[in-house]
Amino acid sequence: MFLPRPARVAAAVSLAVALSAVTACAPADESDDEPDTSASGSECSPENLQTKRDGILTIGTDSPAYPPWFIDNDPSNGQGFESAVAYAVAEELGFSEDQVEWITVTFNNAIAPGPKDFDFDINQFSITEERRNAVDFSSPYYDVRQAVITVETSPIAGATTLAELADARLGAQVGTTSYQAITDLIQPNVEPSVFNTNDDARQALENGTIDGLVVDLPTAFYMTSAELTNGIIVGQLPPLDGQQEQFGLVLDLNSPLTDCVSQAVDALRENGTLAELEERWLGQTAGAPELT
Amino acid sequence: MTAHKTLEVGGLEPPTEYHPSVWQREREAYRRRQTFRSFVIATISTAVVGVTLVLVITGSPGWERVKQTFFNAEVALDALPAVAEGLWLNLRLLVGCAIGALTVGLLTALARTLRGPVFFPLRALATLYTYGFRGAPLIIVLYLLVFGVPGLRLSGTPSVLVLGGIALVITYGAYLAEVFRAGIESIHPSQVAAARSLGLTYRQTMRHVVLPQAIRRVSPPLLNDMVALQKDVGLISLAGPIDAIRAAQIETAQSYNFTPYVVAGVLFILLAIPLIAVTDWVTLRAARRQSAEGAR
Repeated sequence: MFLPRPARVAAAVSLAVALSAVTACAPADESDDEPDTSASGSECSPENLQTKRDGILTIGTDSPAYPPWFIDNDPSNGQGFESAVAYAVAEELGFSEDQVEWITVTFNNAIAPGPKDFDFDINQFSITEERRNAVDFSSPYYDVRQAVITVETSPIAGATTLAELADARLGAQVGTTSYQAITDLIQPNVEPSVFNTNDDARQALENGTIDGLVVDLPTAFYMTSAELTNGIIVGQLPPLDGQQEQFGLVLDLNSPLTDCVSQAVDALRENGTLAELEERWLGQTAGAPELT
Repeated sequence: MTAHKTLEVGGLEPPTEYHPSVWQREREAYRRRQTFRSFVIATISTAVVGVTLVLVITGSPGWERVKQTFFNAEVALDALPAVAEGLWLNLRLLVGCAIGALTVGLLTALARTLRGPVFFPLRALATLYTYGFRGAPLIIVLYLLVFGVPGLRLSGTPSVLVLGGIALVITYGAYLAEVFRAGIESIHPSQVAAARSLGLTYRQTMRHVVLPQAIRRVSPPLLNDMVALQKDVGLISLAGPIDAIRAAQIETAQSYNFTPYVVAGVLFILLAIPLIAVTDWVTLRAARRQSAEGAR
């Protein structure tokens, strides 16, 4: 920069001023984030809950939201298992239906370290210890199994053991435990394919670029019955490391709401609501053959 | 001192030793002071900016968590093998697609610069191609090829990797065609006229006179597109293959920690540095050759 002298000095001064303004701003955020410890734990009523907006429970999920978890890509209609569970949790916490607001939260935004826009996020998040370093999980609301699906013309149609899947070209959606089930459990000889969405994976399955697709069991039932022509469930996979996989609600790390939300989920399990909703929305998921 | 004598013999004034005038010495001192002053000011302002940035970032309320999420050494080490394996796919794709796209681009540019009414269909096709595929988003072309073409269920359909590569070659070929054409058209018509008047055929003129100059002239933008291609080949992962970014995404989804992305980013930069350095060197050499040597 070849500025004349006064201009140079002026530029330096304004730069310094701008930077000091930035520095002055930064710590100011702190006061917003500070959790007010007085209201945590015992008091779980809407007045005492530190929700993002007073008296409103903001719930996040991704868009599109898939069946059977959500119906018609509209989480606010109360239909579909996760939508129903979300409203049940809201009710348990004392929020009425019109005090619930849904927002679209992508997977990355849900797990990123920045401030969250939602009070909790419901989107088939599997609970793992490793992930607890990044987010809070509520108590689990659903025990999930992974399953292999395919089309009738595929070479793996009719397979009954994991060993029979060893040479299959398998696929899964990125970021899912379904993919982990392939690499850790089936351990195929062909590198598995990874897709952005289950829609892309389904297309690849229909095209024959993959032989089979691993999804969670409710999705498996939905895809084979409603989406795939001649779709069949090969079978469900045994739990990874012998541990039951569970879905939990995702909250910001150290969220003041975690305890209350967990209590609500626990109460719903104890009074049978969760089982009832599961029966209603995921009822047909019984009876898939086990892969051994 | 012999020089002294010779000059004396020549009857010229003996050249005295160079003594700068008072004014010249003042000018030089002033320049030195100015250089020193600039140096000090630059150092101070750099230090102020650097320290402020460090303070702002590390002093921010979320720094500890951001550090844990994006710059976690343990997670980085865990993710490195998978990400590096993904990068190997990027590299192989890059080499294949670069060769393909350069060939397609050059042929298209030659077709577009053909004269003569008989070549109109070829020119029109080449023009349509460059218009269409420079406008078409790469991701859409990829979707059509990797999900659409296998859906036809033709026998002998190549793997999605090849189909994805074709999508990249088609899209980048269109960009490169325009770069090549710009180079060809930047060669002065008198060059062509001179070559033809020497008896060279159109093909010989292109081969020996126009293209060597044209390609040299556009090599910087060509290499630029190669660097861009290097980053875009990874988009093929939407078809299923696992590239470096996809591998990082998988690792991130397992741990909810974003460090694998940073690892992939660093690897990409390391991969790009040689290419960028070559670009700079080629640009510099071309500039030297085209301007009179030593004129600058």
